[in-house]
Amino acid sequence: MEKIEAIIQPSKLDAVKDALLEVGIEGMTILEARGHGRQKGHTEFYRGREYTVDLLPKVKIEMVVPDELAEKAVQAILSSARTGKIGDGKIFRSKIDDAIRIRNDERGSSAL
Amino acid sequence: MRSRAWRIFLVLTMFSSCAAFAQSAAPVADQLARLQAQIAQAQSAADNSWMLVSAALVLLMTGPGLALFYGGLVRRKNVLSVMMQSFAMMCIITVVWALVTYSLAFDSGTAFIGGLHHLFLRGVGLKPDPAYSATIPLQTFMIYQLMFAIITPALITGAFAERMKFSGMAVFLTLWSIFVYSPMAHMVWGKGGLLNAAMGGSIPCLDFAGGTVVHVTSGVSALVCALYLGKRIGYPREAMPPHSLVLSFIGACLLWVGWFGFNAGSALGSGPLATSAFVNTQFAAAAAALSWAAAEWMRSGKPSALGAISGAVAGLVAITPAAGFVQPMSALVIGVIAGAFCFFMVVKVKTWFGYDDALDAFGVHGAGGTLGAILTGVFATSAINPIFKDAKGNPLPSGVVDGNWHQLFNQFVGVAIAWTISIIGTYILLKLVDSTIGLRATREDEMEGLDVTQHGEEGYEYAS
Repeated sequence: MEKIEAIIQPSKLDAVKDALLEVGIEGMTILEARGHGRQKGHTEFYRGREYTVDLLPKVKIEMVVPDELAEKAVQAILSSARTGKIGDGKIFRSKIDDAIRIRNDERGSSAL
Repeated sequence: MRSRAWRIFLVLTMFSSCAAFAQSAAPVADQLARLQAQIAQAQSAADNSWMLVSAALVLLMTGPGLALFYGGLVRRKNVLSVMMQSFAMMCIITVVWALVTYSLAFDSGTAFIGGLHHLFLRGVGLKPDPAYSATIPLQTFMIYQLMFAIITPALITGAFAERMKFSGMAVFLTLWSIFVYSPMAHMVWGKGGLLNAAMGGSIPCLDFAGGTVVHVTSGVSALVCALYLGKRIGYPREAMPPHSLVLSFIGACLLWVGWFGFNAGSALGSGPLATSAFVNTQFAAAAAALSWAAAEWMRSGKPSALGAISGAVAGLVAITPAAGFVQPMSALVIGVIAGAFCFFMVVKVKTWFGYDDALDAFGVHGAGGTLGAILTGVFATSAINPIFKDAKGNPLPSGVVDGNWHQLFNQFVGVAIAWTISIIGTYILLKLVDSTIGLRATREDEMEGLDVTQHGEEGYEYAS
């Protein structure tokens, strides 16, 4: 099992969710996040005081998928989240030791 | 024989009809007196209803107007503390006013302070006091003035927001109301007041709705507080942007509408003078908002919402002393000047001197009020309000536009007295309260947030 974490632009969330659904991934966790990579922030003015805002709103999607679906999920995210501009985001993959369904203590890939 | 009887009959008829006529003349006089009383009652009803509405509008300016305006400007962790400070004034000042400060402000006494005849509102009943207003109950006047006494210390909270202890604030502002607000209100509006233009004060200062009494005193006192208490932890390095400009926007609009009660209600009646003040209030607010927005647009490239609403408030502050004295076109001019001037004070001067006037109480109210008081001396005209009269009752020139340059001097004196009493009074009271119960929150309390540490609450509960 693999964990896939994707940090994307908030405006791309719907497209990414639909694309993941199409490749057969139904379970995921969505988090509202703030952050930046190489993308610069912007300045805001409040009563003449200038503030540099470099923590930009992002959306983070986390999902744990069976190994055979992992690359399909990554491709789905790449094609739906990309705009070609700086700030598109990143995807991280890691191995998962176990997954457990709380309702009935089911373990392994069938718990996904 | 028949003609003689006929003549007697005619004479008798004439006498009796004369007698009958004399008896119906008395009811006519009664009727006239009754009609006159009814007219006076109608006048009174019109004035009293406007004054009661105005009093409600002015209270609305504090709660929730100012509470929202200031609340939105601070960080989320301090939103309730700011609102509680305004609300505390609504409650504490009411009690203190009823017990003692109404008397100190509006009883006759000396040129500087009233007496104690109206302690516990003794003698403040439902009959008018012609010295203040012949058509409204004295209690209406008292309750209207109370709303001014409430909002003035509430304005000061903007200077020490996010770092003041609730207990210290409550005691300090109560004492401030007694020792700074009451004398100033008395001098400008009270019987025998030194600066009272309407009642023959020796240095008549034109202040229609409280430019000096409310805005200069609160604004200058705010500056003293900001300097005495020191900067917030992290200021100016750390970014502390407003947590909700939506709240501030709503608050500012409530302030604008409420200000009609503040200014037009200061006519103490529902006649044409109230109309003048109402119109001037609207014109100055709009012009100043545009002026600040334009200045900001030129300086920073974008007109901000915060700038526009701040500009409107600056205009409202500046027109406050002038509202019932100037022509509508003058109100537009006052607004334009005030918007640009207060923008300069907040954006440039505050940075030059580096004081942490957190919510710009001095930059908008202190500076705007001072400017407005001076401009009142320029634009006041007897054509709108013949406040000065000669021995025969003919109007005398009011301000510079009427040719009376001396009035500028009187305005300066009024402003200078306001500055002086504010600086000295505020400093002494701050020292007094600080040395007894303390003013500033501890470092830990300030960093954690005043809502939790002073009130045990959070403004926004996300988990539930």
